[in-house]
Amino acid sequence: MELMDKLTILADAAKYDAACTSSGTVRGGQAGRIGNASNTGCCHTFTADGRCLSLLKVLMTNHCCYDCAYCVNRKSNDLPRAAFTPRELCELTIQFYRRNYIEGLFLSSAVLRDPNYTTEQMITAIRLLRTEYHFHGYIHAKAIPGADPALTYELGLLVDRLSVNIELPSEQSLNLLCPDKKKAAILAPMAQIRDGVVQSKNEMKLYRHAPKFAPAGQSTQMIVGATPESDRHILNLSAALYEKYKLRRVFFSAYVPVGDGKRLPAPVGYKPPLLREHRLYQADWLLRFYHFTADELLSDDHENFDAALDPKADWALRHMELFPVEVNRADYETLLRVPGLGVRSAQRILTARRCGPLTFEGLKRLGVVLKRAQYFLTCSGRMMPGLRVSPEGVYRRLAGLEREALPQPEHHQLSLFDASQAG
Amino acid sequence: MDIVYRYDGSWAGFLTCVFESYVNHEEPMDFLTLNDPTVTLWPEREVTTHPAHAQRVSRGLEKKTSARFRHQMERAFLTCLEDRDRILYGLIRRGFSEGDRVRLDLADPAMAKVTLALAKMWTEWDHLKGFVRFSDLDGVLVGEIEPKNRVLPLLAPHFAARLNGERVVLYDRTHQEAFLAENFRWTILPVEEFSMGPAGEEERQWRRLWKQFFQTLSIQERTNPKCQSIHLPKRYRHVMTEFMEEEEAAKPALP
Repeated sequence: MELMDKLTILADAAKYDAACTSSGTVRGGQAGRIGNASNTGCCHTFTADGRCLSLLKVLMTNHCCYDCAYCVNRKSNDLPRAAFTPRELCELTIQFYRRNYIEGLFLSSAVLRDPNYTTEQMITAIRLLRTEYHFHGYIHAKAIPGADPALTYELGLLVDRLSVNIELPSEQSLNLLCPDKKKAAILAPMAQIRDGVVQSKNEMKLYRHAPKFAPAGQSTQMIVGATPESDRHILNLSAALYEKYKLRRVFFSAYVPVGDGKRLPAPVGYKPPLLREHRLYQADWLLRFYHFTADELLSDDHENFDAALDPKADWALRHMELFPVEVNRADYETLLRVPGLGVRSAQRILTARRCGPLTFEGLKRLGVVLKRAQYFLTCSGRMMPGLRVSPEGVYRRLAGLEREALPQPEHHQLSLFDASQAG
Repeated sequence: MDIVYRYDGSWAGFLTCVFESYVNHEEPMDFLTLNDPTVTLWPEREVTTHPAHAQRVSRGLEKKTSARFRHQMERAFLTCLEDRDRILYGLIRRGFSEGDRVRLDLADPAMAKVTLALAKMWTEWDHLKGFVRFSDLDGVLVGEIEPKNRVLPLLAPHFAARLNGERVVLYDRTHQEAFLAENFRWTILPVEEFSMGPAGEEERQWRRLWKQFFQTLSIQERTNPKCQSIHLPKRYRHVMTEFMEEEEAAKPALP
């Protein structure tokens, strides 16, 4: 089989993996080796669906012995199968990397024969890339649930990030849709990676050359919209994952039906819940950078996000007693909670007001966008001049701003999503 | 005072202008480079770059304000900010009289402009770290960019560290200069004429593989060109392999 055909098959099989980040490791260049890594990662291009492409995202093979309903590679699906040889994979990585097409390699695999055999194949390829090809850039590998912990550990020593997909937001859904995967089998490697990272960090404090185990930590991904869990359930789960398993990222992936899975029939006219996925990512950001907790954003009487608003505005409108906030006195955390203010704006406000009180004009010059924030701010005790609006009016205007920002097909999506929520 | 300064366009030259303006007790109303064809009606002073004087201004500024402010001014000199020299001159003067307070005064019109221009430049730098495309032409990695800001000096250390040991040429069409790296050493030189040579068959095969990979990875049900354009503005695409026609990629690209 030609390399072109293999690449097509094995990239096509890997494209549903959401994670394509190359962040979390800092590594300078080294003589005799090719590549480095930066803490913030680097996006090398964006595909037509608007997703960042940073790594050579491929499967080692798409021959699979499992039969998960949501997965394109399930054994009952009739599609062409292929496998890379380690050397082909190394050549592709190095040649793409030299041309600055990619930031590194993201290697996943379907389960060929059994988890141990699959992991061994991945280790062989990545070891070749690190030793013979002297590749010093970013590598993200998928740990295969059910593999021997010793093999997972070996893999972790070669890569920057290891990840295990939690696949679905609850155990019931998992049992229903992937009868071959067990919750325990997924959580075991997650715990192992967490402990491995902690141990390796501790050892490095003692010996400078202690082996580094997955220095960029681990991430996971779950499919949204294939099963009936609420936003609140999903958000609480991801908060727990950050807390308990020390994850760096939790990715959400709107369910896209692949093939004709009998256990997961997609309704006619089904569209992936992209808006919902977007709202979950926004909420995820609020958890990670804006000092919010999952319980604040959603509660028993508010199980799902209002699709018409971003989660922060949704939260703010339900807590109008906390607003307006005085720009010249509020602390950093309070400023971060104002809809329309981001990390950068809040920091600029803190800096600029050391030189004297800020006005709305001054805020504009700082680059603060007042479209949303104006309803929630006062400058020296005064609201934005000429602003008169009722609470319902604020909702309508914020929702209107959101509509403008979303791409056209999403409008349609919005009504569909609402209908499924009601039903 | 109505006087226009002409200098060589370098940072050291600009600092020498600041030095001269203090020595001569004058505030130039504009700055032009030596080869700028603009004719002015005002008297002009031609400033010859004087490294020691520039150094004195740089050190003095750092002492009077802070290393961060000096660094900000130096970086802002690389931006494409309109009226850049006059704005920076004003801020540097303010720095000398008021101290580091000027750095914090982000609501000040001049400082606000500089802050935004810097943010834009860093964004462009961040974009280009990813969007630069090299072609292997007889063992030399050759690429071209067309940035708004002068980001090549900022990109240079990144690519030098990453592709160490390789021979690399990266040409900036806007500012007509090239980054050259070989044997773990690199430099930036002014280059007026530049054209990439034709690609060999092996190079074209790698390009085809990359384009195929790029197209395969997009999920059709999620197609969203607006989102793609937000993250990858169209102005970068004419020098990116995956957006170029194959014939075009094979032909020598003209500036």
